[in-house]
Amino acid sequence: MSNKKYRILGLFSDFEEAFLAINDIKLNRVPGVSVDDVRLMSPIEHPEIEEILGERPAHVPKFTLAGACFGITFGFLFLASAQANFLVQPQGGKPVVPLPSNIVLTYEMLILFGVIFTVVSFLFLSGLIGGKKERLYSEKVGVDQIGVILELDDHTYEPTKALFKQHKVLEIREEVIK
Amino acid sequence: MKHVSEKDINEEIKWAQINTDILQSLQNPRKAYWVAVAVCVAMLACAVVAEVYQYQTGLGVADLNRPHMWGLYIATFIFWIGMSHSGTLLSAILHIVHADWRKPIYRFAEAMTTFSLMTAGFFPMIHLGRMWNLYWVIPYVTDRGIWPNFRSPLVWDAFAITTYLTSSAVFLFIGMIPDLAICRDNSTGWRKKLYTVLSLGWQGTDRQWRNFRKTYMLMACFLIPLAVSVHSIVSSDFAMSIMPGWHVTSFPPYFVAGALYSGCASIITLFIILRYFFRWEEYMTMAIHEKICKLTFAIAMVWTYLNLVEFGATWYGHDPVAKEVLISKFVGPFAPFFWAMLFFGSVLPFALAFEKSRRNLPWMFVVSLLLNVGMWLERWMIVGPTLSHAYGPESWNFLWPSIVQWAIVFGSFGWFGLLFLIFVKVVPAVSMYEVKEMVFHRRREANPELAARFHRRITDAQSVTAKPGIEGA
Repeated sequence: MSNKKYRILGLFSDFEEAFLAINDIKLNRVPGVSVDDVRLMSPIEHPEIEEILGERPAHVPKFTLAGACFGITFGFLFLASAQANFLVQPQGGKPVVPLPSNIVLTYEMLILFGVIFTVVSFLFLSGLIGGKKERLYSEKVGVDQIGVILELDDHTYEPTKALFKQHKVLEIREEVIK
Repeated sequence: MKHVSEKDINEEIKWAQINTDILQSLQNPRKAYWVAVAVCVAMLACAVVAEVYQYQTGLGVADLNRPHMWGLYIATFIFWIGMSHSGTLLSAILHIVHADWRKPIYRFAEAMTTFSLMTAGFFPMIHLGRMWNLYWVIPYVTDRGIWPNFRSPLVWDAFAITTYLTSSAVFLFIGMIPDLAICRDNSTGWRKKLYTVLSLGWQGTDRQWRNFRKTYMLMACFLIPLAVSVHSIVSSDFAMSIMPGWHVTSFPPYFVAGALYSGCASIITLFIILRYFFRWEEYMTMAIHEKICKLTFAIAMVWTYLNLVEFGATWYGHDPVAKEVLISKFVGPFAPFFWAMLFFGSVLPFALAFEKSRRNLPWMFVVSLLLNVGMWLERWMIVGPTLSHAYGPESWNFLWPSIVQWAIVFGSFGWFGLLFLIFVKVVPAVSMYEVKEMVFHRRREANPELAARFHRRITDAQSVTAKPGIEGA
């Protein structure tokens, strides 16, 4: 018995048909295929996508918080240690580590590192750097079509294609993984 | 005639059409584009020649000496920093409050921010005279064990502007990634290679969109306080000193309002230029133009109010020297420029208050340019009169800026224009995916039945008893 694995990309004309197809998967119309396996490609993000695909994690805010905390800590310690070591400058009775000016600079560091951590985490978490890209891709996704990607085996391959066709899929692209 | 029914965008426009219309702007430029490039290069050349001359002969040729240490260089530095404000700040605020009319205009406004900062950054360097010593301002310990003075607002400037430039450029870039992927899919040759690298392999997967949405929102949240802090800090360059006319409590909000004002006026200018040359009437609609004009008018009134507050505070503060500076603005050698500033900044904006005037685009183009002339004069009126009329009687003179200063200021506009011209031919100046989102939402708002039908179909599908699996075809 062959045990091939397939990856298919179904291209739909709009969100409605694509979501109905996913909804059918969610309702277990194709046994062995779970909604958690579905990946969607679209020209924009649908506002109600979570109702269909379910809550999926986006961990960027955690890195943002880490970046902001790092910015505050590093910013203040950097300035304070520089000031504490800079005894060449006459202080004239003023504090060696002046809080008012350090607050301004620490604030800027908070934002700078918050932004840097946010962006770097976005690039990694969304797979833009170091991530695996979808091998099945259609330029039409950048125009006006919605792509649904699934990885299937021999048992689920044909039923899933039939489901896609039932929902007026415009085109199905596929490849054999192994 | 009322135009109440005018829409921000035509919701019937097809997504494919949006791609076609916007990508058209990246095609081979027409003759007018090359003429504009030539003009900008010529302007920039003036500045380069003046700067080289200043290098070789010293800052004296710029007439920068006591008491006129800052001159047009710092006035223009503030002008460009101010110009940078509306792009990113308005984009971020409007994004957070879900004002989707920002979508067709935010891209070029954010680019304006980045290019303005890149222009502004030159002026402190030029003003240093010895530009090769610029790295002294970077916070690192030198071989002599000396750090920059962290108490100085000038060092705060370096921190704030570096943070703002980095964050704005990243904000602009992140927002462009989905569009760069569209460019990648529709280009050939060197453009294909460039967009392939820049789009970072974007494919529009749900994972990418999910993280993108969070990232964009978080960055918008950071950029709002950052933008406010940057211009507050620039105002500290003045307000932290004890110079008459500068040591004013209201300077930070005054600077922020002035920055927003000149930025909004520039958005109007660029909006009209792009709409005309790329024939983007479908995207840069009159309804959106109206909104920007009204916003600019409101900010103009805030700026006017803060001017009055400043005059009142100085007058009733009973600091005789500060009062002298104020009087010299009204009736002294700077009076023509001061009154021109008030006219362009406070009276002319009333042209934005009337619908008939707002809908006349050539007139609005002229008005927006004059508003920025007013805002440039404002910066000169902050720097010039105080330095000409400070505490020491030896400083009481009026010095017309030298040709070297004027040439460098003139050239900065060429530099900015050149950057912008390159930008509009390399990157879509209107965000395609955001316009698609806008059209999508507007279509659903205009036809509630669409969304209702969609939900009904999903609900109906869920209510059907689970059928056995669909057999293979």
